[in-house]
Amino acid sequence: MTSSLLFNIATIAYLASMLLFFAFIASRVASLGLLGSASACSGLVVQSVAIGLRWRESYIMGVGHAPLSNLYESVVFFSWTIVLIYLLLDLRYRYRVIGAFVMPFALLGMTWAQLGLDNGIEPLVPALQSNWLLYHVVTCFLGYAAFAVACGISIMYLIRETAGAAPAGGGTAGFFPPVKVLDDLNYRAIMVGFPLLTLGIVTGAAWANYAWGTYWSWDPKETWSLIVWFVYAAFLHARITRGWVGRRAAWLSVIGFAATIFCYLGVNLFLSGLHSYGK
Amino acid sequence: MNTERTLSRALWDSICSLKLAMTLLLTLAITSIIGTVIPQGNLAPQYVTSIGPAKLKLYQTLGFFDMYHSWWFVLLLGALAANLAACSCKRLPQIWRTVTRPVTTLDEGLRKSLPNHATFAAPQSARDLKDRMVGILGSCFAKPLVTEQDGVYHLYAEKTPWCRLAVYAVHLSILVIFVGAIAGSLFGFKGYVNIPEGGGVSQVAGAGGKTIDLGFVLRCDKFSASFYDTGAPREFKSVLTVLQNGKPLQGFDHVPIIVNDPLTYRGITFYQSSYGKAGRHVFRVSDPDGGNASTITVPSDGEARLPGGGGMHVLEATQDVAPFEPGRSGPAANIEVHGAAGQTQRIVVYANHPELNLQSARKNGGPVFSYLSGSESMYTGLQVARDPGVGIVWLGCLLMVVGVYCAFFLSHRRVWVRIKDGEVVVGGNTNKNPAGFELAFERLVQTIKGELAPGEKK
Repeated sequence: MTSSLLFNIATIAYLASMLLFFAFIASRVASLGLLGSASACSGLVVQSVAIGLRWRESYIMGVGHAPLSNLYESVVFFSWTIVLIYLLLDLRYRYRVIGAFVMPFALLGMTWAQLGLDNGIEPLVPALQSNWLLYHVVTCFLGYAAFAVACGISIMYLIRETAGAAPAGGGTAGFFPPVKVLDDLNYRAIMVGFPLLTLGIVTGAAWANYAWGTYWSWDPKETWSLIVWFVYAAFLHARITRGWVGRRAAWLSVIGFAATIFCYLGVNLFLSGLHSYGK
Repeated sequence: MNTERTLSRALWDSICSLKLAMTLLLTLAITSIIGTVIPQGNLAPQYVTSIGPAKLKLYQTLGFFDMYHSWWFVLLLGALAANLAACSCKRLPQIWRTVTRPVTTLDEGLRKSLPNHATFAAPQSARDLKDRMVGILGSCFAKPLVTEQDGVYHLYAEKTPWCRLAVYAVHLSILVIFVGAIAGSLFGFKGYVNIPEGGGVSQVAGAGGKTIDLGFVLRCDKFSASFYDTGAPREFKSVLTVLQNGKPLQGFDHVPIIVNDPLTYRGITFYQSSYGKAGRHVFRVSDPDGGNASTITVPSDGEARLPGGGGMHVLEATQDVAPFEPGRSGPAANIEVHGAAGQTQRIVVYANHPELNLQSARKNGGPVFSYLSGSESMYTGLQVARDPGVGIVWLGCLLMVVGVYCAFFLSHRRVWVRIKDGEVVVGGNTNKNPAGFELAFERLVQTIKGELAPGEKK
């Protein structure tokens, strides 16, 4: 399958990008950082073509639908959105070194999808046969991706802040943007993610209401998405609350992303068994 | 101020406080986890035994089995609502003044407080300069308001002042959603109904064992399920008709509904949810010598009691066995018989082959079963809902999405200009994204410089 080959090429491009960013941090040679971004960018282009091809392949198989219908397709799409959001941030603010803390997320996703998940194209079951699928999944994952980028930036913040206290500027971490800038970028990434998550929850509720007559039923997936929303709402208020600025806000961002990942993967992997009692 | 006043003041301040907002948001986030780990609603017997009576009692007392409706969770949501209403009430009046009654003159104190400002010397008179500045601001920023004060002109221009209100719109949206949800639970219902093909219902089962009258009859004309080659379901479809006084209603006659495409009539919506078999099968049971014969009817999806104790149910049935067993003919059924002592046997019984039925009975040592006839039909399972609050909820959601967008991505940008003979002072500020405004202000300053005195430096 041609899309499968292209997904592999994209994975390799993300690996190369991550390694180049690591080399960039270690050596501080600017051209390595540029190559890292270029590699991520070309990987994104290849992956975009691959997603388009997979979409087309599903139509050729006679089961045409957007490639967002199972775990494999969602993990691939998640990686794509992470790289997209990162590159937009890079384009806008030009702090290249952030790539070293964001590309690993995208690489992890692609590697898992390519090596560990079934990549067969399946026809859509009745519950997913709706245009809402596209709106809901796209908004949610763009939101998740912005949170992934924010999490990477927060980890940098925490490293930088710890190292900053050490004498002599703290070695490698001294090369990171100043904590003030990282704090601001963290906020900006969440500023993008929060409205998208809100829209994702609203489109999900609209779909549920249209398909089942209940916009909210406290199902574990819904509840966890609300938990994520609460955590980031707390983050946004933390910025204007005395004693919550900086380090605590960075931790909230990391916790928020952990909750996001649990909402996305954990609910299906761990809670489905328990949840089956309830149904 | 007496102690009572200060106490109520302190209470009001804490209700309005951001610390309370943070605490409530994080408490809601953490406690919400409970209901995703502990099963909600009707408990399976094996779960009840697995946790033991002590835990069961504790969980029940704390409302963990319906935790999102438990008194303490509702209280938390109520506290959140009170907190955001109170803090909005406290801060809104001042923000409202900023938006509706801005400071329109630039005095020295204000100028010094502004992060961005510039002063130009220009040879023209105040009146000339004013006219030019009105033109420049109008084309580069926003149409200014002009105030004259002792021969000095003050210009004031602003962009999207109302975006300062966006965060309160988001707060309000949460309250609106709560109102919608409460309206839905007070005036709406959720129900469920099974309708066999050809049958009709005028009532559905609601929550807590209530029956709800529809006020009309809903008939299921047909149900069909189709599958992909892989065995995965492709489509579940019911054809429904609304009957009023026994007659099909125009426009609601033979309406197909599928998952993701429901039918709504008089505010009540029917959603395709499940399906099953609804046929009936008739058997004769007798002793091997033909005595004690009786006829029993078994529903496709249920069990029937046998005259001698125990029961039976139908695994599968056909009205013509020939395609499956060449050389034989007529109806046949594969049945499962449960003896009174708990033993289970699977037997194929026929209508046209009594000798085979007798043979099976001898082998198993039980009564003789023969299959007389049967019909196979389906029933459709429909989710039924009426929610008059849903429109309010969508209004709240819309307000929230628009509010969040405006709160994050729009900023209130203000520019003041003070003009006297020979001098122009410009200042500006923003409530958000100061770096972006600095660039925009710098461009404005360059434009003014170019317009007022071409080629001359400040």
